[in-house]
Amino acid sequence: MPPKSGFSRARNVDYDDDDVYDDEDYYDEGGQNAEAEDAMTADDKEQMRIGTIRVREALGNMSDSTSDQKIQEALWHYYYDVSKSVSYLKNKLGTEVKKEKTKPISRFDQAASVADQNAPTTTGMSTHVHVSHVKEPARPAAHRLPLRSISIPTNAAATDFFWDVPWGNVPFNRRGIITVDAPHYKGALLGGSSKLAALAAKRRKEREDAEAAAPKVDSDADSAIAMLDKLSVRTKENNNPSRQSRYLVRRRSPSPVLEAPKEPETEEPEVPQPAVVIESPAQRASASLFASTLCGTDAAAKQPPLQLPDLSMPLAAHQSYNTMDAFSGPSPDDIKRKSKLANGDLAESVEKLAVADEPRTKSKNLNVVDVFEKSGMKRMANFVVLGHVDHGKSTLMGRLLYDLKVIDQRSIDKLRKEAELIGKSSFALAWVMDETSEERSRGVTVDIATNYIETEKSRFTILDAPGHKDFIPNMISGASQADFPVLVIDASTNSFESGLKGQTKEHILIARSMGMQHIIVAVNKMDTVAWSKARFDDIVKRMTTFLTEASFLEKRITFIPLAGLTGENVAKKIENSAGHWYSGETLLEALERIELPQRNVRKALRLSVADVFKGDMRCPLSISGRIDAGTLQVGDVVLALPANETATIKSIEVQDAPVDWAVAGQIPTLHLTDIDPVHLRQGDIVCAPKEPVKLVKAFTSKLLAFEPVLPMPVEVFRSTLNSPGSIRTLSARLNKFTGEVVKKKPRIVKPGEVARVVVQLERELPIEEGMRVVLRERGRTVGAGLMENVA
Amino acid sequence: MKLLKSQIEQKTGSGWAALLPEEPEDMWHAYNLIQEHDLIRAKAVRRVSKTSDAGSTSSQRIALDLTITVTYTDFDVGSGQLHVSGRVATENEYVKIGQHHTLDLELNRKFTIEKAEGWDSVALGQLKEACDASRRAQLWAVVLGEGTANICMITEHQTILRQKIEIAVPRKRKGGVDGHTKGMDRFFSTTLSTLLRQMDLPNATTSPQEKTLPLLLASPGFVASAFLTYIKAEATRTTNKPLLALLPHITIAHSSSEHIHSLNEALSSPAITNKLSDTKFSRETALMDKFATMMRLDDGRAWYGPREVERAVDKGAVGRGGGVLLINNALFRAQNVGERRRWVRLVDRVRDVEGGEVRVLSEAHESGKRLEGLGNVAAILTFPLEGLDEDDLGYLLKIFNLLSDIRHASELDISLSLLNISIV
Repeated sequence: MPPKSGFSRARNVDYDDDDVYDDEDYYDEGGQNAEAEDAMTADDKEQMRIGTIRVREALGNMSDSTSDQKIQEALWHYYYDVSKSVSYLKNKLGTEVKKEKTKPISRFDQAASVADQNAPTTTGMSTHVHVSHVKEPARPAAHRLPLRSISIPTNAAATDFFWDVPWGNVPFNRRGIITVDAPHYKGALLGGSSKLAALAAKRRKEREDAEAAAPKVDSDADSAIAMLDKLSVRTKENNNPSRQSRYLVRRRSPSPVLEAPKEPETEEPEVPQPAVVIESPAQRASASLFASTLCGTDAAAKQPPLQLPDLSMPLAAHQSYNTMDAFSGPSPDDIKRKSKLANGDLAESVEKLAVADEPRTKSKNLNVVDVFEKSGMKRMANFVVLGHVDHGKSTLMGRLLYDLKVIDQRSIDKLRKEAELIGKSSFALAWVMDETSEERSRGVTVDIATNYIETEKSRFTILDAPGHKDFIPNMISGASQADFPVLVIDASTNSFESGLKGQTKEHILIARSMGMQHIIVAVNKMDTVAWSKARFDDIVKRMTTFLTEASFLEKRITFIPLAGLTGENVAKKIENSAGHWYSGETLLEALERIELPQRNVRKALRLSVADVFKGDMRCPLSISGRIDAGTLQVGDVVLALPANETATIKSIEVQDAPVDWAVAGQIPTLHLTDIDPVHLRQGDIVCAPKEPVKLVKAFTSKLLAFEPVLPMPVEVFRSTLNSPGSIRTLSARLNKFTGEVVKKKPRIVKPGEVARVVVQLERELPIEEGMRVVLRERGRTVGAGLMENVA
Repeated sequence: MKLLKSQIEQKTGSGWAALLPEEPEDMWHAYNLIQEHDLIRAKAVRRVSKTSDAGSTSSQRIALDLTITVTYTDFDVGSGQLHVSGRVATENEYVKIGQHHTLDLELNRKFTIEKAEGWDSVALGQLKEACDASRRAQLWAVVLGEGTANICMITEHQTILRQKIEIAVPRKRKGGVDGHTKGMDRFFSTTLSTLLRQMDLPNATTSPQEKTLPLLLASPGFVASAFLTYIKAEATRTTNKPLLALLPHITIAHSSSEHIHSLNEALSSPAITNKLSDTKFSRETALMDKFATMMRLDDGRAWYGPREVERAVDKGAVGRGGGVLLINNALFRAQNVGERRRWVRLVDRVRDVEGGEVRVLSEAHESGKRLEGLGNVAAILTFPLEGLDEDDLGYLLKIFNLLSDIRHASELDISLSLLNISIV
């Protein structure tokens, strides 16, 4: 794209060498467009005709400045959606006025087609469309690309070429005159072109001298314009690729000031709007003089006097005349105002100009599902590490991170030193995950630690859950964000047994009731039992029985012997000779192989907030959490429940990398604006405003009891939510397999039984049919269930 | 509460009692004592309008003794205020019979109560309990977790949630736990300042005789101990004498969650029961725990729900040798007189006829709330019973089916014994 494409009317008689080639591009594009239109069916044409009429009606006074072709093009792109086309056209007209940027295709299209009709001789015109806009004496047709006029003039085309330009909205009589004149100029211009060039060069030099300082003064405004320009690129249908890429680069850069020096050439033409408006009469004068020179010397023009009086008009009168007519369409301010009302995007982009340091978010309106499917992203999986306290979950994960070079040797050494200082050297690897002082001094994981690893095939999010029974609420919130669990079991004597009675069991039940189908069982600390196969087999046997009881399918259970502290069979194969009986996969291989659950990408957005925090100065409010269903992208407006407040997504991060969108199954960090932090807390649901989750005070649930259940106060867990509540009534005991009512109003539900219960919440919370809930009482998980309906 | 004077006939239960409430807790007792249709006499301030002969009206506020027949009582737990609405029962020069008035019972202002239905055993028990002069246990408790704290005042008969604090504490994040640490600091400082404001610690210099109430901190994990560390650090830093004096009275207990209903656990933990063994709430908590344990065993010796418990009492299962009837005092406040009578009769029967133990739980305690969830009444039986929860219709149907199968008289006996039916 030529930097001078946006050249103002101050340059309307300029010639630029660079531009020749661009003409070619435009012509080609125009040609394609024409072809596309040719391919229309009769049906389409009829629709197009009706649509055009409607759009013209809707556009009102702006319709004068819009060509049929343009309208049709818009209609074609919007599949005959009149309202969309209208807003698009309005928008475009507006932006064109402001940015003074050409919309090349349509105009060239017109130029070409008109030329075809009016001057058959030009059909042979190949690479150069020589539209000599020099022949537009009476019009400030400045926005056009400065074109070479050494070439064959297609004067007939010239007028049509410009008639759709907003400020070209000159009175009909004037326009008509020029059109009629066109054929006469034809020969003359051809002959006089060298003179013309010389004259133009002289003029240009003069003007450049005169305006030497002017653009520098407006550099701020220039950069602002540049940004506007940049923004509006998005709305255009046919983006020049080079523009696009430059735009992308710039979007990332925080400060627009830096951009200005990058393209000094563009600065000049992109004169701020008001200045241009004021200057226009003067330009008109010079332009028409130029044109009149042409007319006077080369042709016995029918109506040259008509143009000369124009020139001799008093400046004030001229200006008012000009503004009345040429600007009878919306002024830049009007458009700004109008589009603010009509179109949020433009309003936002305008605001962005105003406060350059804090860019407002603007949706790219991506079809995220399509983009996601086409993106061919690496397999994305989140897994939660479960197990009894002190079975080595954090250490195992620290080892995995270390072996995959996510954590460097230096950090590990530092941690080891610190750990030795308080006499817990074996905790060094666990400290990669356990970062708070509380966790380190006590040697216990308290809250979920999140980390990322990447292999050739996949990207994993590790959620390291606490094993201590007091922190099961945290574990539940972690497990709710995972696709599958990795259960860590201490193989050493007694540890395994105590775990089975303790949190190993509870974690398995919770993971299963959260709907996880696959499980990897990492039999840890094999080095302490000297890689005994007998011990491993014993554990496998007992765990298989247990897991199948918890309704995990046997084929979906993977057992892996390993040693987290030494790192054997985690990422590398076993080196210890005692462990050679095992030839299966390593933990990492198992992680890569495991099947992932279906992502509900096409459903309405549901995100459970796992954390609310202050990111940094630029992002005063950030949330993170797993997207359970649906998609989201930058610029989306989302609804936070139960506060029922909307927020705008300013930016998205997935695995600490900025992205434009996120889909179900990912755990993004969303930086939000337009919301107060008090409206968000852990356990909230973020959803699409159009499809909100209902707030519920009480609900019936089909509950599988793990402990005796009677009407009692409980803690209700739903994903990351933890709320006090109570079991109000036991409605019925159900058959475990058929779901039929076995007994109405049972006195008690015994462990293992399935019952329908009514759960009362302390306050209204967003819970939807089919969501999974876990009920706990006195530190024990009493049951897990499915929300059935509102009670 | 001070019993100023009473005139209650033992036989019929008719009579009245003049009471002087002295502390906020007494308002709770008054609330439980005062029933619909009772006569209450107390000092009241009433605006009286007079129309003079000339037709002009003048209104003035007059303090007068009013007797009203209660139609409605309203108790505010937080402030401990009791409003008794009713209709004037005795006429005087300003007020006519039947006019409405709402009495605001206040501390240190006597009132007289006359029971419409007479003083039954439960009412007498409540009166006795209310006037028990022995010093009652009171303590402050804070149930806290990361970001939430419930500050409660526990008295003999009530657990009053004074303040709930919720502060968003960011969770630990990869590469930087600053947010978490800062959040916890902010949370602790807010909790402590709120707690001190609520406790209104006595200034050691002005009133040394006033006893410092013990403070219980309960939380899952290490939050409570971290909070204690914070309090200690803060007390030393600010050299806050009352706070320093409080430090030895702080006890730490474990609870499974930060929600107020897990206060139960903290109160039943050994560390606490040792200190507060003979308080009503710890007895109640222990009883509810016992009941829950027996429910879990599911051997038919624990039942809950009005109908089931009544049936169990009918069968004589709540009697001598371990039978316990747990009943919430909410049932005695029933608006319906018949309803109240039903429960009073049940209580009397268990206590006097069957020889079982009766525990009236305060529904203002967490244990009482748990009982409320179970239908306000529960019983621990002396022997197992089954099928108490059968519908009346289902019960009859079962009998009918059995009877239709019966061919011999001996079978009848067996079947009936199976159903725990005796032929009347």
